[in-house]
Amino acid sequence: MGAGMHNITITDNGEEFACSGAKNLLAGMVSLGRKGIPVGCRGGGCGVCKVRVVSGQYSRQVMSRAHVSVAEEAEGYALACRMSPSSDLEITVVGKMKKAF
Amino acid sequence: MALTGVLRPGHAQIRVLDMDEATHFYGNVLGLIETGRDSVGRVYYRAWDERDHNSIILQPSDSAGIDHFAFKVAKVEDLDKFESDLKAWGCSTERIPEGELLHTGERVRFEAPTGHLFDLYAEKSKAITPQVCDNPPPWNAESERGIAPVRFDHGLLYGPNIAKVQQLFEEVLGFYITEEIMMEGNKDQLAIWLSCSNKAHDIAFVEHPEPGKLHHVSFMLESWEKVLRAADIMSMNKIPLDMGPTRHGVTRGTTIYAFDPSGNRFETFCGGYQPYPDWQKLTWTWEEAGAAVYYHDRELNERFLAVVS
Repeated sequence: MGAGMHNITITDNGEEFACSGAKNLLAGMVSLGRKGIPVGCRGGGCGVCKVRVVSGQYSRQVMSRAHVSVAEEAEGYALACRMSPSSDLEITVVGKMKKAF
Repeated sequence: MALTGVLRPGHAQIRVLDMDEATHFYGNVLGLIETGRDSVGRVYYRAWDERDHNSIILQPSDSAGIDHFAFKVAKVEDLDKFESDLKAWGCSTERIPEGELLHTGERVRFEAPTGHLFDLYAEKSKAITPQVCDNPPPWNAESERGIAPVRFDHGLLYGPNIAKVQQLFEEVLGFYITEEIMMEGNKDQLAIWLSCSNKAHDIAFVEHPEPGKLHHVSFMLESWEKVLRAADIMSMNKIPLDMGPTRHGVTRGTTIYAFDPSGNRFETFCGGYQPYPDWQKLTWTWEEAGAAVYYHDRELNERFLAVVS
């Protein structure tokens, strides 16, 4: 647990990056110029950075129930902007930039 | 008095996920003045140059977004008139009693065809501020604390049926359209800007399949330099930026879009022009939608049409 560096693998595109346990996953990705998780509001409100954790441990902060239900939370779904790694993580991307026009 | 009926945006009630994070942001970073807390946990703010008790209300919630957007009307009797006109137009209405919100009179509530709740009210307690005494100073300590906008200015909301909303706001509430962005084919509107005053916009809408969504609430600053100062303050406080500092083609305002800690987008802006109701609306074609929104980049960022709360 804590602020050490952990290796994050995005299984969809094979992207790997190191993320501090003191940072949220999305900020860790963006600050290294890496890609794979859509970047939205970065405050747990819009839902576009939704991921599913395949393996590993993480802590999470409060995020919108409109985007992650209690049942989903138990299955490892979370918003990347409101979770921090406490071990190496493997994740898949669930969220999308939904544009109607 | 030439300005009658709907006077201006009066307040917005915004849903936040974590009240401690939210009050730090709205109070210390944005620099609004806290004016009250109520029994259901809502926190009230006003900007330094506003004359009424509150303009931004934070509501604790498990989801982000806007609860309702309210306009102040000139007289209590206007509420009866708007209520019957709304009903005649086909909108159901509801009365919310005086005091449900601190220092705020009775409200007439209706749901717009975009799925947003709007309230009209005539009375809110006056704030006691250095700016309303005799011989007032041009600014005061609160105008220098944090980003310190002059006022809550307008909102941009996303939902379906914006053509119907334009009709409702023009025919019933006395607004007029100042600008529009067209969709592909340039026949239907992608976005509309509406004014009830001689501001370039008091409310704006973007066509969007999900009802009741918030794109941003907006706060006015007095200069481009203050917009740049706001950008510095945002970075100093690690506030996630969406776009800017840049200029909008629509309204010509200079702007920053960024997000509060719950992911609700806000804008700090300066400028624009002062239209009158007899002016012709300005149209931006689909091909120039990028320049309409972000004048310098001339392209929409991915988030503009996709990220809402």
